[in-house]
Amino acid sequence: MKKSLSTVQKMWLGLAVLALASPVGIILPARLKAGSAWGEWSPAELEQRLGYLPQGMKKLAETWQAPMPDYAFKGWNILGLSAQSLAYLGSALIGITVIAALMLLLGKIGLKD
Amino acid sequence: MHIPDGYLSPQTYLPFYAFIIPYLALASKKVKKSLRSRHAPLMALGAAFSFVIMMFNIPIPGGTTGHAVGGVIVAILLGPWAASIAVSVALIVQALLFGDGGITALGANCFNMAVVIPFVGYYSYKLIAGGSEITAPRRWVAGAIAGYLGINAAALLAGIEFGIQPLIASAPDGRPLYAPYSLVVSLPAMALEHLLLFGLIEALVTALVIRYLQKADRELLTIYGGAQ
Repeated sequence: MKKSLSTVQKMWLGLAVLALASPVGIILPARLKAGSAWGEWSPAELEQRLGYLPQGMKKLAETWQAPMPDYAFKGWNILGLSAQSLAYLGSALIGITVIAALMLLLGKIGLKD
Repeated sequence: MHIPDGYLSPQTYLPFYAFIIPYLALASKKVKKSLRSRHAPLMALGAAFSFVIMMFNIPIPGGTTGHAVGGVIVAILLGPWAASIAVSVALIVQALLFGDGGITALGANCFNMAVVIPFVGYYSYKLIAGGSEITAPRRWVAGAIAGYLGINAAALLAGIEFGIQPLIASAPDGRPLYAPYSLVVSLPAMALEHLLLFGLIEALVTALVIRYLQKADRELLTIYGGAQ
């Protein structure tokens, strides 16, 4: 039991390393001039591709305003890649914290000892 | 593979919601039977891992980007039902906090990435690994193939979901109301990039974690279906 605990701790450490490295996930695409994932264009991008914006999409696209859209802080998208990388890293840490806390809570409530 | 709001018609996203809510309730029941509270940290780790691995966008130079999901390795370690919950929690947080994947599309996104990936992945792994030793190379090879198959099944499905939209709803002028590209475009687009690149990343991630655990702590590879 003690041994498996230490492996789990090591894996958390590995996860932290991944989080620190996460800005690679926006830097590399920027350097190689790769755009959005297929089918994940913003309404503005799609309108540019098609020459029009599908009518049904207009309304639905505004369903939700995320507090940190595209893993960035609001307004930071006009800043350079290094600022965006910092926001991306921050998003990774926030996301991991929220998700881990939720899962631990769910586990605590739902799972038997 | 995170379908945003606006790409799926209500005729598509509502049935996915109708499926995913009772599905997740069922998954919780299954997990209660297969895991104990001491496994909660591993569930948390799995969900957080899936979240962070999805942040590593892999570029196709001059083209699109994509990423692994990590759903197959979580399914192999904790079982497909637990992986469904872990990946769903990651997807919900991605949609709500970061606007990655739509709210209306959440049911479909959970179906693709939190149901199809874990189940295709887990059962492929089980089939290929067979009764081999827990430390056998066949295990990580099985993991690699399972990762590849799992994410490609999901990508194919997402391609279909995109591609049927023009058939479902169009404006009086004939223009599509939602995702505009037909199956002829969306299916090869989604399938090829995952067959050629992103599938290999999921394969690599899955195999690496299995190899690591074979050396570091083989017990972690026997949690689901193994000794309680």
